[in-house]
Amino acid sequence: MTPPSKKSILDPGMDGALSDALVRSRRFFTKGTVSADLRTLTKKGGRGADDFYRDRWSHDKVVRSTHGVNCTGSCSWKVYVKDGIITWETQQTDYPSVGPDSPEYEPRGCPRGAAFSWYTYSPTRVRYPYVRGVLLQMFREAKAQHDGDPVRAWAHIVENPQRAKAYKSARGKGGLVRATWEEASEIVAAAHVHTIKKYGPDRVAGFSPIPAMSMVSHASGARFVNLIGGSMLSFYDWYADLPVASPQVFGDQTDVPESGDWWNAGYLIMWGSNLPVTRTPDAHWMTEARYRGQKVIAVAPDYADNVKFADEWLPAKPGTDAALAMAMGHVVLKEFFVDRTTPYFTEYVKSYTDLPHLVRLEEGADGAYTAGKFLTAADLAGHAGDENAAFKTVLIDANTGNPVVPNGSLGHRYGEAGVGSWNLELGSVDPTLSLMGTAEDRVTVRMPRFDTADGAAADLPRGVPVRRVEGHLVTTVFDLLLAQYGVGREGLPGQWPTGYDDATAPYTPAWQETITGVSADAATRIGREFAQNAEESRGRSMIVMGAGTNHWFHSDTIYRAFLTLTNLTGCQGVNGGGWAHYVGQEKVRPITGYTQIANALDWNRPPRNMIQTAFWYLHTNQFRYDQFGADTLSATTGKGQLAGKSTADIIAQSARMGWMPSYPTFDRNPLDLSDDAAAAGKPVGEYVVEQLKSGDLEFAGEDPDAPGNYPRVLSIWRANLLGSSGKGNEYFLKHLLGTDSSVRATETPEDQRPLDVRWRDEAPEGKLDLLMTIDFRQTSTTIFSDVVLPAATWYEKHDLNTTDMHPFVHSFNPAIAPPWQTRTDWDAWQTIAEKFSELAASHLGVRKDVVAVALTHDTPDAMANPHGVVRDWKKGECEPIPGVTMPKLVEVERDYGAVAEKMNALGPLVDTLGATTKGVTFELGAQVEYLRRKNGAVRGGVADGRPSLKRDVNVCEAILALSGTTNGALATQGFKTLEKRTGVKLADLAAEHEGKQIAFADTQGPPVPVITSPEWSGSETGGRRYSPFTINVERKKPWHTLTGRMHFYLDHDWMTELGEGLPVYRPPLNMAALFAEPALGNISDGAGGTEVEGLTVRYLTPHNKWSIHSEYQDNLFMLSLSRGGQNIWMSDRDAAKVGIVDNDWIEAVNRNGVVVARAIVSHRMPEGTVYMYHAQDRLIDVPIAETSGKRGGIHNSLTRLLVKPSHLIGGYAQLAFAFNYLGPTGNQRDEVTIIRKRSQDVTY
Amino acid sequence: MAQMAMVMNLDKCIGCHTCSVTCKQAWTNRSGTEYIWFNNVETRPGLGYPRTYEDQDKWQGGWELNKRGRMKLKAGGRFRKLMTIFSNPKLPSIGEYYEPWTYDYATLTDAPAQEHTPVARPKSLISGKNMKIEWSANWDDDLGGSTANTHRDPMLKKIADKVKFEFEQTFMFYLPRICEHCLNPSCAASCPSGAIYKREEDGIVLVDQDACRGWRMCVSGCPYKKIYFNHRTGKAEKCTFCFPRIEVGLPTVCSETCVGRLRYIGLMLYDADKVLAAASTTDEHGLYEAQRDVFLDPFDPEVIREAEKAGIARDWIDAAQRSPIYALINTFKVALPLHPEYRTMPMVWYIPPLSPVVEVVADTGEDAEDKGNLFAAIDALRIPIEYLAELFTAGDVVPVDAVLKKLAAMRSYMRDINMGREPDGSIPASVGMTEEEMYDMYRLLAIAKYEERY
Repeated sequence: MTPPSKKSILDPGMDGALSDALVRSRRFFTKGTVSADLRTLTKKGGRGADDFYRDRWSHDKVVRSTHGVNCTGSCSWKVYVKDGIITWETQQTDYPSVGPDSPEYEPRGCPRGAAFSWYTYSPTRVRYPYVRGVLLQMFREAKAQHDGDPVRAWAHIVENPQRAKAYKSARGKGGLVRATWEEASEIVAAAHVHTIKKYGPDRVAGFSPIPAMSMVSHASGARFVNLIGGSMLSFYDWYADLPVASPQVFGDQTDVPESGDWWNAGYLIMWGSNLPVTRTPDAHWMTEARYRGQKVIAVAPDYADNVKFADEWLPAKPGTDAALAMAMGHVVLKEFFVDRTTPYFTEYVKSYTDLPHLVRLEEGADGAYTAGKFLTAADLAGHAGDENAAFKTVLIDANTGNPVVPNGSLGHRYGEAGVGSWNLELGSVDPTLSLMGTAEDRVTVRMPRFDTADGAAADLPRGVPVRRVEGHLVTTVFDLLLAQYGVGREGLPGQWPTGYDDATAPYTPAWQETITGVSADAATRIGREFAQNAEESRGRSMIVMGAGTNHWFHSDTIYRAFLTLTNLTGCQGVNGGGWAHYVGQEKVRPITGYTQIANALDWNRPPRNMIQTAFWYLHTNQFRYDQFGADTLSATTGKGQLAGKSTADIIAQSARMGWMPSYPTFDRNPLDLSDDAAAAGKPVGEYVVEQLKSGDLEFAGEDPDAPGNYPRVLSIWRANLLGSSGKGNEYFLKHLLGTDSSVRATETPEDQRPLDVRWRDEAPEGKLDLLMTIDFRQTSTTIFSDVVLPAATWYEKHDLNTTDMHPFVHSFNPAIAPPWQTRTDWDAWQTIAEKFSELAASHLGVRKDVVAVALTHDTPDAMANPHGVVRDWKKGECEPIPGVTMPKLVEVERDYGAVAEKMNALGPLVDTLGATTKGVTFELGAQVEYLRRKNGAVRGGVADGRPSLKRDVNVCEAILALSGTTNGALATQGFKTLEKRTGVKLADLAAEHEGKQIAFADTQGPPVPVITSPEWSGSETGGRRYSPFTINVERKKPWHTLTGRMHFYLDHDWMTELGEGLPVYRPPLNMAALFAEPALGNISDGAGGTEVEGLTVRYLTPHNKWSIHSEYQDNLFMLSLSRGGQNIWMSDRDAAKVGIVDNDWIEAVNRNGVVVARAIVSHRMPEGTVYMYHAQDRLIDVPIAETSGKRGGIHNSLTRLLVKPSHLIGGYAQLAFAFNYLGPTGNQRDEVTIIRKRSQDVTY
Repeated sequence: MAQMAMVMNLDKCIGCHTCSVTCKQAWTNRSGTEYIWFNNVETRPGLGYPRTYEDQDKWQGGWELNKRGRMKLKAGGRFRKLMTIFSNPKLPSIGEYYEPWTYDYATLTDAPAQEHTPVARPKSLISGKNMKIEWSANWDDDLGGSTANTHRDPMLKKIADKVKFEFEQTFMFYLPRICEHCLNPSCAASCPSGAIYKREEDGIVLVDQDACRGWRMCVSGCPYKKIYFNHRTGKAEKCTFCFPRIEVGLPTVCSETCVGRLRYIGLMLYDADKVLAAASTTDEHGLYEAQRDVFLDPFDPEVIREAEKAGIARDWIDAAQRSPIYALINTFKVALPLHPEYRTMPMVWYIPPLSPVVEVVADTGEDAEDKGNLFAAIDALRIPIEYLAELFTAGDVVPVDAVLKKLAAMRSYMRDINMGREPDGSIPASVGMTEEEMYDMYRLLAIAKYEERY
């Protein structure tokens, strides 16, 4: 630097001579250098004064771990430790590269995860075991009275109504006291033993969701529950995250692209998915792909965080998305299939969809037709005798004009004759898409519609070309689809739109504008662009679909309208294209190994896996508050099969027909049932059928309020049922727990009560005897629990973590040992299992248990029910035949004294039966032997010589060794097995990694890429990005559906009944009509009526920016960055109507409960809708509600369960049960609430 | 001299606040700093943190030119500063930041048997008393501005007619902020104790914790309000550009943990002797170009020679050549300074965001991405360009417009490549770039590998 020159007054300079002199003098006082122009001070070297920051940054070690939270991030983190204390965390950046021309997965993480370490030492940490004081005292007294026998002590309390009420009514009201692990686990074990003995093991339930986020921790309790014969509750359907359209259309639970595949898309619609908030670590792929010229569209009712990235924003009104999608489908069908044909699309739909398959038309009394069942080989004289003929669909070969039975349908999947023919090879056959050219006739088909404001059913006539095949009047699915979408063709009868601008006719762009508010031009243009892009790029158009569209009652119809767009345009099974369903879709990549351990399939099969929505619908007594029948949703084109029934009736019907599981199953202890059969000298199946027919035995679900049929014990870990997922929260509190609640609804009027399900005059309160929760923080669930056990956090244990958002497996590792008296989940459940076994050895011994099993997907059970015809044995429509017209009945031996020993060792059934995933059975001999050496063998007891699972790392090793995605030898083996059935080449997909086996130590380094395996439908071979169904498309491997193709049409009786055989628009439920809630937009002054004053609005509960469900919402960092408590977002226009200003205390009130929150008023919210970001626990700054005089509720205090009948279908092709694959959704988006301004003086 | 600098691409910012949390965890998660966020993220429009800090009429931060065109601290000359050292009226109160709080969490576990469910009430971390939460470090998150606050929003004063808080016109974006590590730091100039200094080797501005006497003149002097007062130690604290990490070759915490991958860090060589003249540029609209002129071309043999002479190590010159900051500021000219009119010569720059086109354009059935529509669409973006200009160019829309056109042109150009078509060289040409330049810019902005960001 040059010394200052003599300055001219015109030179730039500092303010004045005096201050210059002052500053210049600084040179004499500091070690730094004052800049020549006197602006600033610089220093070099030394700098002891900075030591504070250097010291703060220093640390002793960095440990790799992650967050076992219910999100799909699966982010690998660095946890910093100094002096044995966890200080903070930052993201790992060492993901394997995606390649030189793509962004990378680094870094992955979000503000929630970055705030996690706060929990470690926070005052909300559960440090010790707790039991509610009143219960603990009674237990101690009772134990003393009963010779120290904990089981009799438990019975003494729970079998006495007054004693039971004393502790149940105290739930959630403080009074937790410290206990020891010894005592707390004794209470838990005693409750289990007593319940099993008196009521049956299926009266014990366990709930822990989303194994992918921490597989070992999930498997811990699941393994225990499954060993004792308890019921594990489903979560994917319960959370309403399961898109029921996925089993319906794909025959797959959910399989989606990794986020890196967004990069490959040319066109991306974010539809009800707020990527920056809900897929924070993945959102960059979208922002970056825009720079590659990707066009991005946002469909969202509000100006959501993701909208700023879109090229266009379509603010469709909440819940109307299917109308927009149907109109876009109308444009695609008209412009790309009818006005001109598009070779890529045509070839695609002929090969990979059911569009060319034939459907029989049924003639009605008025001469009009309705769409009926698929024509199958059983309908053809030449094929009727074929194996599984009723499950082989038929199409017309354009070359010959004759019907052919193509390969690949369900009938080819099973049986000897099908070996080598379960594939999508068409040979010389050219499927006929439309009969238009060769039609013998044209008939009018009644197409259902529900587009009136109140959703009432109607239908309209639209013509299709038809011909007769061996006497059956048939058309193609494609012709029906055109009729449904209102795309007319010359010469067809019926009512058709006059053009895109015909606002009266479904499903035109102008028609949708009246429903969604999105301009017809925009809908037309976006639909057209989506298809143009797909045509040009051969399928690289993608729809990211999220909870905003998937949490509705009718989300399956919304999704089918979306999937019509992706499937017509050849986008599915293509990198960069297709559906990207991102709603709780966690992927346990090493699924086979995990399933063996968690379901305890190595010791006993089958497990009791229950659909949680139906479970709580019955056991929290929400069925007692229904105000409408199951047929309310039926189409005018149906046959009235649901008429007169209540929802509870059809749940019971579905259970007894074997469609859906039902636990507790019978009104008798299944252990006693087995004894009774033995006493009667009959095989258990025969005995049960006999008893059912005589009426001496009934299904528990037909009398859920009988004390013998209650669920008695519920264990929750890694979950917050009462602060997060429990729709109808107040009903849980009232009926399940028996404590105070704010239920305001009235019970079902007499004329609408169930017919088959018994109505007891007095609704039970406090059904549950024990609620036990394992957690590391206080939640609404722990607060209401009888026993709370302290868990290790995610920085204090070993575990595995995967997601479908990226293709890696990585690990949890302890940065510190579990502090205070906390234990890992695996350790905690071992403690319980040991105590249980000790008590059970004498109280229970060895028993036989009758397990009723629903007809299961990916097994021959899917062929139990030809054509999806309802056959109810109880109504005399058929005989009860286990495994055909009712559940399978399997007897399982339970050695209750040996449960702990079995927990800790890999059992022998994996050697003899192998492990089956999605119909592919893996032989595991070599892998078991490997584990015996890797983990060491157990010595002595029932598990003598078996591989040890004593430690959490042992379980990690077992999961990795027993799965194809992490063990190349198994992946190859599985593909070879599949090659035999399909006759197509597959094993090469895994060949590159046949020798690769991922051990736990590998996952402790950088995240490890997984191996392409038949456990999933896509391929990572050669380092490509994962996209689902690429194996189906590229290798002609069928989908697991009736036709083996993706389905537009579903011909099951109940689908027809609901008018949902084809994609259709159904509006949100009308709560004013169904439950007499005020109409949307109603402003009441509260005078005269029973209703409170305020404005009625649509009530939505989207995912929160400041939490992952209830996790983190209590975290001080997140609370400091937001508004520090429960909030409800509302539009400035709505707020003005009822005098609310920003940050006012307000109450939200409907029949289900009451919420107190502060208002956030913003013009980014649409008028008529409020958001309460979900799972803000009731524990943080929630005052007493004026409306109820009780503590304000949580977001789910305003919701309740509503079960859609079609979700209960089972036993038929892809519509067959599998755990978390199919079941009624716990949807919550259709609700409304009154918003009222309350006194600003709040009390607590 | 050499300066570590940062560019944030606001077009990629998802507003997640991971940077804020990781920074706070690492640096200000301790007593006395509860309210302090060295890194914060503001939703714009919005009042910022602390509220209305951009209102220099009120807070008097930064520099201004006196009548003779000489630099003068806006809060008054340095002589005056000394004279008023014991009463400094230009300090935001804690309410302007926010009153930090915690909750009575322990009650959840300890509550005795009682009538109601236990609840954790908010407690002030200042007074320890129960409180109603009325403001936070991020109170207006995702509001996109609010009618209630319009009159207080200094950004909207000049362009009120361009911004309407109506559902149909909603727009918003996020502005992450750290200390600007200015070339002409008004905080340092404000400090009566000489405790604030700029590191010679990398330009990081630090507070000497031993020398600081807690006068807080720096808080007033900084127009970005990025110096904070630790009420426990009585010292000023600020973002350190994570120098303990930088010194060992790691990027700052906020950068490495930025999950939007939008932060770039790099070295800039500049001519220290030109800073004062540049900062004294009379026309505020000229400040952006003037600051660019201060930067030296690290590929210029003359510059390399001079740098070597000044003892700058070879790897630093290499770093300056590979600097993504240099590329974004000077080669591609897509990064802009934040509030150059404060005349502090800030060294954290921003790429302004694109935003969805307003309905009126989409309704015409036009595709905003068509090459022909590209520039028309820029005019129809939801974020008024005047708003961005108020932030980055002292109100001059021309440079902002040029940047947005480059981003849009890049997307249009790359789309042809993405779809397997012949690329159209006229697109980069229309924004004054070659095809190669445009492709290089695309790689830096989109692919943005770790080693290219830092």
